[in-house]
Amino acid sequence: MATFKEFRNNVKPNWCPGCGDFSIQAAIQRAAANVGLEPEELAVISGIGCSGRISGYINAYGLHGIHGRALPIAQGVKLANRELTVIASGGDGDGFAIGMGHTVHAIRRNLNITYIVMDNQIYGLTKGQTSPRSAEGFKTKSTPEGSIESTLSPLEIAMSAGATFVAQSFSSDLKQLTALIEAGIKHEGFSLINVFSPCVTFNKINTYDWFKQNIVNLEQFPDYDPSNRIMAMNKIMETEGMLTGLIYQNTQRKSYEDMISGFGADALAKQELSLSEEQFNKLVAEFK
Amino acid sequence: MISQLSWKIGGQQGEGVESTDRIFSTALNRLGYYLYGYRHFSSRIKGGHTNNKIRISTYPIRAISDDLDILVAFDQESIDLNAKELRSGGVIVADAKFNPVVPEGIDARLFAVPITAMAEELGTSLMKNMVASGASWALLGLPLEVFNKAVEEEFGRKGAAVVEKNIEAVKRGAEFVLEQAGGPLNEFKLDEADGRQKLFMIGNEAIGLGSLAAGCRLMSAYPITPASEIMEYLIKKLPALGGTVVQTEDEIAAVTMAIGANYAGVRTMTASAGPGLSLMMEAIGLAGMTETPLVIVDTQRGGPSTGLPTKQEQSDLNAMVYGTHGEIPKIVIAPASIEDCFYDMIEAFNLSEQYQVPVIVMTDLQLSLGKQSCEPFDFQSIQINRGKLIEEAPELEAQQLFKRYELTEDGVSPRVLPGAKHGIHHVTGVEHDETGRPSESAVNRQNMMDKRLNKLNGLQIRDGLRIDAANETPDLLIIGMGSTGGTIDQAREWLAKDGITSNHITIRQIHPFPTEQLIPHLQQAKKVVVIENNATAQLAGQIKMHAGFAEKIRSLLKYDGNPFLPSEVYKACKELD
Ligand SMILES: Cc1ncc(C[n+]2csc(CCOP(=O)(O)OP(=O)(O)O)c2C)c(N)n1
Ligand code: SF4
Ligand SMILES: [Mg+2]
Repeated sequence: MATFKEFRNNVKPNWCPGCGDFSIQAAIQRAAANVGLEPEELAVISGIGCSGRISGYINAYGLHGIHGRALPIAQGVKLANRELTVIASGGDGDGFAIGMGHTVHAIRRNLNITYIVMDNQIYGLTKGQTSPRSAEGFKTKSTPEGSIESTLSPLEIAMSAGATFVAQSFSSDLKQLTALIEAGIKHEGFSLINVFSPCVTFNKINTYDWFKQNIVNLEQFPDYDPSNRIMAMNKIMETEGMLTGLIYQNTQRKSYEDMISGFGADALAKQELSLSEEQFNKLVAEFK
Repeated sequence: MISQLSWKIGGQQGEGVESTDRIFSTALNRLGYYLYGYRHFSSRIKGGHTNNKIRISTYPIRAISDDLDILVAFDQESIDLNAKELRSGGVIVADAKFNPVVPEGIDARLFAVPITAMAEELGTSLMKNMVASGASWALLGLPLEVFNKAVEEEFGRKGAAVVEKNIEAVKRGAEFVLEQAGGPLNEFKLDEADGRQKLFMIGNEAIGLGSLAAGCRLMSAYPITPASEIMEYLIKKLPALGGTVVQTEDEIAAVTMAIGANYAGVRTMTASAGPGLSLMMEAIGLAGMTETPLVIVDTQRGGPSTGLPTKQEQSDLNAMVYGTHGEIPKIVIAPASIEDCFYDMIEAFNLSEQYQVPVIVMTDLQLSLGKQSCEPFDFQSIQINRGKLIEEAPELEAQQLFKRYELTEDGVSPRVLPGAKHGIHHVTGVEHDETGRPSESAVNRQNMMDKRLNKLNGLQIRDGLRIDAANETPDLLIIGMGSTGGTIDQAREWLAKDGITSNHITIRQIHPFPTEQLIPHLQQAKKVVVIENNATAQLAGQIKMHAGFAEKIRSLLKYDGNPFLPSEVYKACKELD
């Protein structure tokens, strides 16, 4: 069995020292080992951004695509080979601005993949513009007088889109984050894990300390029931989205792959490509 | 006895024009005739004039005809709009209900059949298309049993009672008109067909079937005219083969999902028309940069923007050839017949894996939607070639990555699929080294650009140029692409009668451009005319840019939304300066 070290490669991340993304990388590596994966059984598909580089920093199959499109690529990979564990990952701009349409529809579709958003409330790679996750009034290079758009709540959107697994974590809480990624991988359907991941270079407001002061861990509520959709929605609203832990999980709904008519349990990529003459003749007969 | 005939049915969209045409032509196909269909429709679902025309022949034909022999009309508008096509002595079969009149100056025989009344007598006006088609079939003097069999197949799933009623409707229409006409019309008596079994389908169906034969097991797509039939066909067939079609949220998702699935080893395609192709552009670059196989079908329609969504055009050529920023290798193939649609899909999937590049298959509305007879497809000729795909990579030392982008002589590198034990590597749209790790080194950049861009050097696809060059020094070389070939050949027959010799080249390999193969033909010809359905002479532009001969090259362009008619091509070629 592979240990988390085997999910490391010799590429040195080009993230700024102190960037929250380092811990997310470590959590993915640990979670992958903990659920018993071998490196070749994992495919990490990422978008574009500082965060998007993550697929190159994990020893596994990795595809670093185009801005905002990690999810459709990841879904294609999963449809082609459902034996792979597929993790999609990217920034808050990647997933909630340019890629928001895909995020909502990937949630609806519910393929068995895990989506980890590295949410720093800002555009890191392009050097500090506002993101849909920026707070109102947040001053950035593109909003010098403060953002005048409302902040997007990905958790509420995910819930209303019919998500079957919604979690949130904080990159400093490696233990919780690792456990949530493990749970996401094991969940048979689409799992969204939004992770607060401070950008130490361009976001001087949403810092490590700020998060520590502002987030509440769901562990504080012993009666919390993540299978209760209404409770989940209430808690998200009560805490204004500043909660961490497993927020909602629906284990009843089947994954997309399991609902496709005629779709087998084995990887489609391993199937024979050629039609038999009999199959071919049957197809042609319709046109006579 | 005649060898060919044109039949048209017109009415309001949603009135049964489609189903009548389907039954009528299925029956003709069973009798062994060659057929060529043309659908004129508006993008409204219900309402709006629509008509379907079929050319029926005892020998192969690949073009619509200029004129018309029989017009079946459900309303006066259909007569007013289409009667001018009728040749002198043609026939109109129309619903008596609207008191049809033959427009001034048209020499046609009118049969006013109580189409709606008869249908209503049988229970529902829905059956009026059966009355009408029965009447026109009877005028041709063709065997009714064959027609009834087609009716049975169309309505079979609705139960025996429905079939029976429809057959009765056909019979009543036939009997009524035969009595009026005093029997079948002699001037419309077709010679017997050769009796050989042909296939009868639209280009989009041939594309779907070809994809299945090529091993395509996934399609991700977003609906659009005139591409949707491809996904609609495949979703009916793929489940039985273990695959599926995903209707995505947009074309960007469609193409990137296809890229993901191809990366993971399943032959996957997407299909769209101009607006969708525009949305796919960035992703096409990703496929080019990451050397991921990808097959896209672009069924061209009238552009730009929403343009003429239900009309013929060939104006996406430049977008296909040049689309996506930066420079990537890419193949663009233009099928020119139903048979091509089938075989080219197999070739497209093979090329996409052999060269690890995006391949765009370019059709146009007339080729995608026009229903035509074609030769049976040859099962034995289907071959699947996955290029340098390897099942397992050689074992590597710890932390070493598989060289997915190894610099090789032909520029194509071994490819391994995710899941392979020793094949771990990275894939990125960022410039990368041999293992796929990002690299900004100038030397590496140059090597990798050259590697990718030289992969297609000297590429020659099957029939990249389809050459009909019977004349050594023709007066005229006519060049076209896509659905225009049959029209051009028809015009050439007429030109030959006038003593004008012509050769005909259909360019099927649009990109990379087959310059070397084309040059000798341009040299030989006294004049060259390039025929295309667009306003800016995009194909002629490619020819001039790559092969030269600008001084010889003339263009015949049509961009009013309609396909060329043989007479237009003939006239333009005659009048060439
Ligand atoms: C189509 C397109 N538009 C714009 C860009 C430029 N771009 C790269 S990353 C990015 C946003 C990065 O923000 P986020 O997704 O939050 O990732 P982060 O860098 O913060 O991790 C932008 C706008 C691009 N690469 N592609
Ligand atoms: S800019 Fe911000 S998000 Fe990007 S690497 Fe640096 S700290 Fe991380
Ligand atoms: Mg960000």
